[in-house]
Amino acid sequence: MFGLNKKDASLLLIVAGLVAFAPFLLNPFPEGSAMAQFNAGYPDLMQRFVIFGIFAIGFNILFGLTGYLSFGHAAFLGVGSYAAVWMFKLLSMNVLPAIVLAVITAGAFALIIGYVSLRRSGIYFSILTLAFAQMSFALAYSVLTPITGGETGLQLALDDPRILESASASEGNIPVPGLFGLEMRDSFEMVMGSWVFTFNFGYYFCAVIMLIAFYLSIRIFRSPFGMMLRAIKSNQQRLNYTGVNPRPYTLAAFVISGMYAGLAGGLMASMDPLAGAERMFWTASGEVVLMTILGGVGTLIGPVLGAGMIKYMENIISKINSDILHGWFAFLPDGLEDLVVTMIYPFIGKGWHLTLGIVFMLVVIFLPGGLVEGGQKLANLFGRKKADNPKSASTEPAE
Amino acid sequence: MGILEVKDVNKRFGGLQALGKVNLSVAENSCHAIIGPNGAGKSTLLNCLVGKLIPDTGSVMFDGQSVLGRTPFEINQMGISRVFQTPEIFGDLTVMENMLIPCFARRDGSFALHGIRSVISEAELRDQAESMLEEVNMIDKRDMHSASMSRGDKRRLEMAMCLVQNPKLLLLDEPTAGMARADTNNTIDLLKEIKEKRNITIAIIEHDMHVVFSLAERITVLAQGTPLVEDTPENIKGHPKVKEAYLGEAA
Amino acid sequence: MDAIILQILNGLDKGSAYALIALGLTLIFGTLGVVNFAHGALFMIGAFCAVTLSRLLSLSHEVAIPGQVDFLGNPATRDVPYVFDIFGEALGSSIIDWAVPLSILFAIPIMILVGVIMERGLIKHFYKRPHADQILVTFGLAIVLQEIIKYYYGANPIPTPAPEAFTGSFDFGALIGFEPNTIIYPYWRLVYFAFAAIIIGAVFAFLQFTTFGMVVRAGMADRETVGLLGINIDKRFTIMFGLAAAVAGLAGVMYTPINSPNYHMGMDFLVLSFVVVVVGGMGSLPGAVLAGFLLGILESFASMREVIDIIPGINQVIIYLVAIVILLTRPRGLMGRKGVMED
Repeated sequence: MFGLNKKDASLLLIVAGLVAFAPFLLNPFPEGSAMAQFNAGYPDLMQRFVIFGIFAIGFNILFGLTGYLSFGHAAFLGVGSYAAVWMFKLLSMNVLPAIVLAVITAGAFALIIGYVSLRRSGIYFSILTLAFAQMSFALAYSVLTPITGGETGLQLALDDPRILESASASEGNIPVPGLFGLEMRDSFEMVMGSWVFTFNFGYYFCAVIMLIAFYLSIRIFRSPFGMMLRAIKSNQQRLNYTGVNPRPYTLAAFVISGMYAGLAGGLMASMDPLAGAERMFWTASGEVVLMTILGGVGTLIGPVLGAGMIKYMENIISKINSDILHGWFAFLPDGLEDLVVTMIYPFIGKGWHLTLGIVFMLVVIFLPGGLVEGGQKLANLFGRKKADNPKSASTEPAE
Repeated sequence: MGILEVKDVNKRFGGLQALGKVNLSVAENSCHAIIGPNGAGKSTLLNCLVGKLIPDTGSVMFDGQSVLGRTPFEINQMGISRVFQTPEIFGDLTVMENMLIPCFARRDGSFALHGIRSVISEAELRDQAESMLEEVNMIDKRDMHSASMSRGDKRRLEMAMCLVQNPKLLLLDEPTAGMARADTNNTIDLLKEIKEKRNITIAIIEHDMHVVFSLAERITVLAQGTPLVEDTPENIKGHPKVKEAYLGEAA
Repeated sequence: MDAIILQILNGLDKGSAYALIALGLTLIFGTLGVVNFAHGALFMIGAFCAVTLSRLLSLSHEVAIPGQVDFLGNPATRDVPYVFDIFGEALGSSIIDWAVPLSILFAIPIMILVGVIMERGLIKHFYKRPHADQILVTFGLAIVLQEIIKYYYGANPIPTPAPEAFTGSFDFGALIGFEPNTIIYPYWRLVYFAFAAIIIGAVFAFLQFTTFGMVVRAGMADRETVGLLGINIDKRFTIMFGLAAAVAGLAGVMYTPINSPNYHMGMDFLVLSFVVVVVGGMGSLPGAVLAGFLLGILESFASMREVIDIIPGINQVIIYLVAIVILLTRPRGLMGRKGVMED
């Protein structure tokens, strides 16, 4: 299907299915129940799942295939956001031109930064990308304020020109981004008993784009280009003496992953039309690294899993407070209850980053292949028990 | 006029004269061995041929064109393939993928952006890779993870990767270093077979006299960065200068 | 001329901090071959050692003031720090006043302990893993450490003043023969620079003149050979890590009066210190120190109004720009050695 082998096609279909039914899958608990706080089927959160999924898929094309660890990828996301918001300000509230410009701008930006950074490899490359990203952040925050809005960020205003739509702007409200009349914030709620499922147009728009991005990444992984990138990670010396020039390959990978980041930034601005410099800060770059590692570097599905996992945990864990904890452990004797709550408390709510840091360290130490490797190990464990399957997962190329 | 012409090559590292006035001519379709004691400059010379080092003075002509100032991948594209002392392969890739990369490099040149086409659909290149694997008796290992193979197999794979490019000149840097006698003999047989089947020039740097005398048609003896003698194996065997500089030491 | 001297002086304190952190980074990188993204966190922990000690010293208990009642008629009380009870009020209050310098003594054992635990518990398992893994795991550790600090000390900066004797400024210009009031410089910054210079001198002397230092330097040059000589290089490297942690920690302790410590100060300095290391030359200790001061001073010059008027924002990006130019033209940095982290 679509030029994919059976295995990849089924992977794509599974992801498509999950994404399509996400409003159901992420809202398994009835409204008002104690477990409802674990629901994640809100438009806002689901949009973030897929948008960061795109970001991580793109990052994985660079880091997963070539092994070049960029610590400045958030710069491209930020550039994409700014470009998209400018499109909304100048041209129209239609998201298509905004997203196209976001991708192109981020790609051009990545071409310049990549051309310079890729003259070095290893740790030097990481530090160069970090330096470029921090530089962009500093510039966006200060000197470039006329373009970036500085500290307050870039926002829409009533008197923006929006040359393609003069009529709609007269209502007196700042218009919202849409796609040919359909607004991104449009939602349809379905009530089934005590369950409420929300279907949001913005989410589905992002989801479709994410599936396309995912499909393209599968094609890249399976292409001669992808094979060359893996060869670069494996042995650049041999590649050089085999008549291949690694640099244009890595540059192409860098630009492609920069464009993915720009796409994510453009979508982010399309869902909520503002852009701020903090999106380019190096912790934001670190976050996409975390997502990719957590899910599984160099695997197809890993980055999507990692992005979903981190954004889900962020949302849920940071919402838990001590009252909720006391509620959970109410069955324990009072003293013990307090002790347990005190022990867990640093890791929840505002302590979410602590949990994240610990999880991340554990993954790097014990499970360098991320969740995908963990899953494979589990599958092997159970698979071997069920039947002596001669085709063990380890002999296959990393999926 | 040989396919490879090295003229008056000098190379210094700080105070050390690694190569001094090296002249070498490798005739087309011959097997030319370069021998010499440790530190004679064999590896430096080889690195000057493949673009890893640039000689201070002198010229290196391959097939009528200068290789100086070209990068390793450009020199490979001219038709020189190199086998390393310790096998250099793509350890994270399967044997088949290892074979496909030189096939792509030969067909597409040093860079081509086939980002959407699938590797599986490249039937012609796969056939090439497979028949080469058959030739070196590795077809049954085609889907193996190449890092997990034995050193002998890695060496064979590396050789196959070089040969599938149909190079005009194959450079071998101590191809049997660290190998058991049986593996060494296999390698010799493989090289002889390759030599018979193809129009290929082989330049080999080797310590093992058994390998050198089984393969080489001409031998250059290098000592202290300068060619001592160049002659046929028969003459080299009895040459007093060589005995003094090399064989004497080895015995 | 006076403006130039002022900018150089202004660059010294930041430059000192950069140099000290970069020195530790280089020691760790040069000896252990590990890229430590958690090194900024060590700087931050040092700063919070100072915060902790000054809090500990100000711990107090209520004492009734005899013969006084508050407006409700209860006996009036006042807080008396425990140190007053031990040392008397006069000495006690100067101990509290001198909390930051005293923290040096407090921080050294703590930082060495933190460093050794970090190396034995985590870093040593990453010697053989790729640099990317080292970056990632120490990055995770940095997040964990800074979040722990944030949990206990909150997100706001905590003002930690210098001893009374060193607050305020003095007229440096008048001292060296300029017009009065042209070069005004805070005392504490000069103290910080002197302190940094002493630490740097001590580290270099230690490496130069002790057997231990000789082994470490040999290990930086060629780890395998030193190992083959039967010297237990691993143990020495653990101590080295403790030492580097202490250097970063002390840099943090003394920096607190200049900038109130907050939980993200480590990360802020880390990024720049990495740039400093790269500019100085990966694995070169003098390079790290030189580049630290140079970049600190350069940053200070770029912050001059006259410069910003010509090139807006240059103060924000100058260090990065220099790093990029250096990396591209002189990949080994100012004083980098051949063969360190080369492709």
